[in-house]
Amino acid sequence: MSPTDAHAHGHGHGSSRGYLIGFGLSALLTAVPFWLVMTGALGSVQATALWVVGLAFVQIVVHTLFFLHVNTRAEGGWTLLALIFTVVIVAIVISGSLWIMYHLNANMMHMGSGGPPAGS
Amino acid sequence: MANAHPISEPSPASAFYVTEEEHHGSGGGTLLGFWIYLMSDALIFATLFATYGVVSTNYAGGPGPRQLFELPLVAVNTAMLLLSSITYGMAMIDMEAGRKRATQIWLAITALFGAAFIAIELYEFSNLIAEGATPQRSAFLSAFFTLVGTHGLHVTFGLIWIAVMLVQVAQRGLVPENRRRLVCLGMFWHLLDVVWIGVFTFVYLLGALR
Repeated sequence: MSPTDAHAHGHGHGSSRGYLIGFGLSALLTAVPFWLVMTGALGSVQATALWVVGLAFVQIVVHTLFFLHVNTRAEGGWTLLALIFTVVIVAIVISGSLWIMYHLNANMMHMGSGGPPAGS
Repeated sequence: MANAHPISEPSPASAFYVTEEEHHGSGGGTLLGFWIYLMSDALIFATLFATYGVVSTNYAGGPGPRQLFELPLVAVNTAMLLLSSITYGMAMIDMEAGRKRATQIWLAITALFGAAFIAIELYEFSNLIAEGATPQRSAFLSAFFTLVGTHGLHVTFGLIWIAVMLVQVAQRGLVPENRRRLVCLGMFWHLLDVVWIGVFTFVYLLGALR
């Protein structure tokens, strides 16, 4: 198309090589956790859970870099800044909710006659 | 409000915008604005994940994840969404090269994978409901259906958007407006894949371990 268009897309939506590397990594990072859980290859439930969660975080990073093309240059860094802000809020919302509700649940169980409160 | 009126007058406004576009590349602020929308969407999913995490063991005497979830089905579903991500990437590459026909074909393939994903998800949901594992059964199932259903709804809207883009590309070709829309749709589609990584890991795989 016109030179302007070519320039306009200079911030990059990846090459086919980039997509294929991302896809290869992503397929591997999906297949391994499913295999770990379905075969129980590690023996221990706790080790499997840690590996599965760890691989998920790696896969999210792979998708962010290879598919969403987040880098320090896109939109003058604002894309990255918005992402970092969101990641912080997501971490606070999820870990905060789990932390507070876990303690609340544990304390309620001590006080009641064995049964946790409604809904469980 | 009175001050806003002159801005909507055609000639000075278009001159203004042309200068802006040259500084920011195609789409101007649209791509960043859409990205910020996607981040807010990620926050919606974060609250749904947090809710699921809090009530995920509250079965109310009903069935738990180990009895309900069929991992082979989830693996097929995950593969569908992952394949749709790479085919959308191919559509992007052909779009940048200006190959209209190839872009349309890859978009259509992406839509097929997306539709397969939704079909498998609906099949899974109908099986669960037939077994009595409805959203009303327990807090765990309410949170499960809300989280996975919201993701499925997003994918459904993505499919509608792909259909709209197929019509627009067919009618007007790969004009800058359509390219901008396709880039936004791509970000939307890839973000849904990222959310799905969270779903299959924290809901299905960790659920099966529990």
